[in-house]
Amino acid sequence: MNHWIVAPVLLPLVTGALLLVLESSGLTAKRTLSVASTVALIPVALGLMNVAATGEQQIYYLGDWPAPFVIVLVLDRLSALMLLLTSVLASASLFYAVGGDDTRGSDFHALFQFQLLGVNGAFLTGDLFNLFVFFEILLIASYCLIVHGGGSARIRAALHFVVLNLVGSSVFLIALGTVYGTLGTLNMADLAVKVATADADSIGLVKVAGLMLLVVFGLKAALLPLGFWLPAAYRSATASVACLFAIMTKVGVYAVLRVHILIFIDPAHGAFSLETWLLPLALTTIVLGTIGAMAASELRATVSYLVVVSVGTLLAALSLLTRDALSAALYYLIHSTLVTGGLFLLCDLIGRQRGTVQARLDQSQAVYQPLLLGSLFFFAAISVSGLPPLSGFVAKLSILQAAQASTAVVWVWGVILISGLFVIVTLSRAGSAIFWRTEDTEGEARPVRGREALATGGLLACAILLMVFGASTLDYTRATAEQLLQRSGYIDAVLANESVGVPASMRIPR
Amino acid sequence: MEAMFSIVIGVLIACGVYLVLRARTFPVVLGLTLLSYGVNVFLFASGRLVADSAPLALPEIIVHPDPLPQALVLTAIVIGFGMTAYAIVLALKANGELQTDHVDGEAGE
Repeated sequence: MNHWIVAPVLLPLVTGALLLVLESSGLTAKRTLSVASTVALIPVALGLMNVAATGEQQIYYLGDWPAPFVIVLVLDRLSALMLLLTSVLASASLFYAVGGDDTRGSDFHALFQFQLLGVNGAFLTGDLFNLFVFFEILLIASYCLIVHGGGSARIRAALHFVVLNLVGSSVFLIALGTVYGTLGTLNMADLAVKVATADADSIGLVKVAGLMLLVVFGLKAALLPLGFWLPAAYRSATASVACLFAIMTKVGVYAVLRVHILIFIDPAHGAFSLETWLLPLALTTIVLGTIGAMAASELRATVSYLVVVSVGTLLAALSLLTRDALSAALYYLIHSTLVTGGLFLLCDLIGRQRGTVQARLDQSQAVYQPLLLGSLFFFAAISVSGLPPLSGFVAKLSILQAAQASTAVVWVWGVILISGLFVIVTLSRAGSAIFWRTEDTEGEARPVRGREALATGGLLACAILLMVFGASTLDYTRATAEQLLQRSGYIDAVLANESVGVPASMRIPR
Repeated sequence: MEAMFSIVIGVLIACGVYLVLRARTFPVVLGLTLLSYGVNVFLFASGRLVADSAPLALPEIIVHPDPLPQALVLTAIVIGFGMTAYAIVLALKANGELQTDHVDGEAGE
């Protein structure tokens, strides 16, 4: 067993606990520890990705109990990719936060680490109940982070966020109870086996559970009828928190990818197809997000709605369920997480230099550093709206290409292209309002600090890296998509040590 | 026993959903609590209901209840307890900041 697999869960756990113990020690010590631990996740994730790239699922049996009773962590191409993405985004977000965001409330660093613990755990676990537990860990950390900095706008958004997610957790538990009651297991690989052999009586209940799980993951991902909490929550959160939250919607998308592809889309039963349920909802999400972005009167709200658009695009591509569509969706996922994260940081930098107007799209004083912020914004806008030559273009192009094989090609092409056009209009309007339609007064002299510029620029520069290394990234995502659709590999790997070393008297007849 | 059990779950969930939809923070918190009670009882039943037996695989016990859902319920209770505590604190904070107990922060009765 490769013990490094558990490191992305243990490292934030230990660091977070240490940070709580060291509460009374200086700010510098806490910052150093937090940054060091978060940045250390990048080489760990790179190493794990190198291991996963061999194409074999690496299984970590906690306590070395036999499957399917053991709690497993599974490392495959998809989880390695998500771990790397999380560590890069979190490092940038934390670099930005140590510029001052972390002093606006208590225990920022400990909560940040617990959030990472939940996210990393959710990406690694091979067990539905532990997926629930890690979801709760990341949620409770996010409940606290979302009110970081205080203020009535944050409290109001947090109240909606918390209540909705608590109801979502109840639905998650009901789905888990239904799954366990009908199939008698919660291990994902074992579930995939059991669903295939389920009898006609129980398959209906299993489908209900699958749809309930889709509701829960849709709530996390902000899919249309469940996504109205997102814009208020993201626009009012502190910049570095909003940046980190760019990965949160992707956790929901990841869960759909993992759970539904592995367990609930079994051709043997002609079980519910994701295309019928997910595709129309995803396309409507894109439309709603675009309308919201156009109507928004503040840059942060615009970016929040762009997150909604990106979730819709991602789920639309994902619901086509072909190798090419999944590969394009994964590439788009990397691109949109990093670029929207960078955009949230950029909004904060812009807002700070515009005095009382903040990031509202009203006429006001010019920003203090128009050249730096303007070019960063221009760059980010090109990338996020999918204009050539940056990564957004590559991502959208591959999604459109992959959709050609689908029967819904007209809808996918139409919605994505028209939404792209309106996003360009929205962002150019926002850009000209902020940088050109200005009064003749000097901006507030709060120049961007080096660390903040590095964090923001670094995230946005990933758009260039993703473009330059586009071919190799797409190779990796294509291999990931193949591995996802080749479900027997995952199942065999997890169940490989089934009942090895268990005395016969303890074996439960299956 | 099964009928009784399912009626209890149904009543708990129905009351919970009704209270959550009241859109005032105190009923909402109560509703969330009832919801989690209903869910916990449901989860408990997913291992099948067995009367007069211990959840131990001892040779003399022929029909024993499944211990796993009981462990799951324990986890869910702890998580639900923590979440409810946080929701109460947040509701109090919202009441102080927004001067109203409406979840949208709207003033008035």
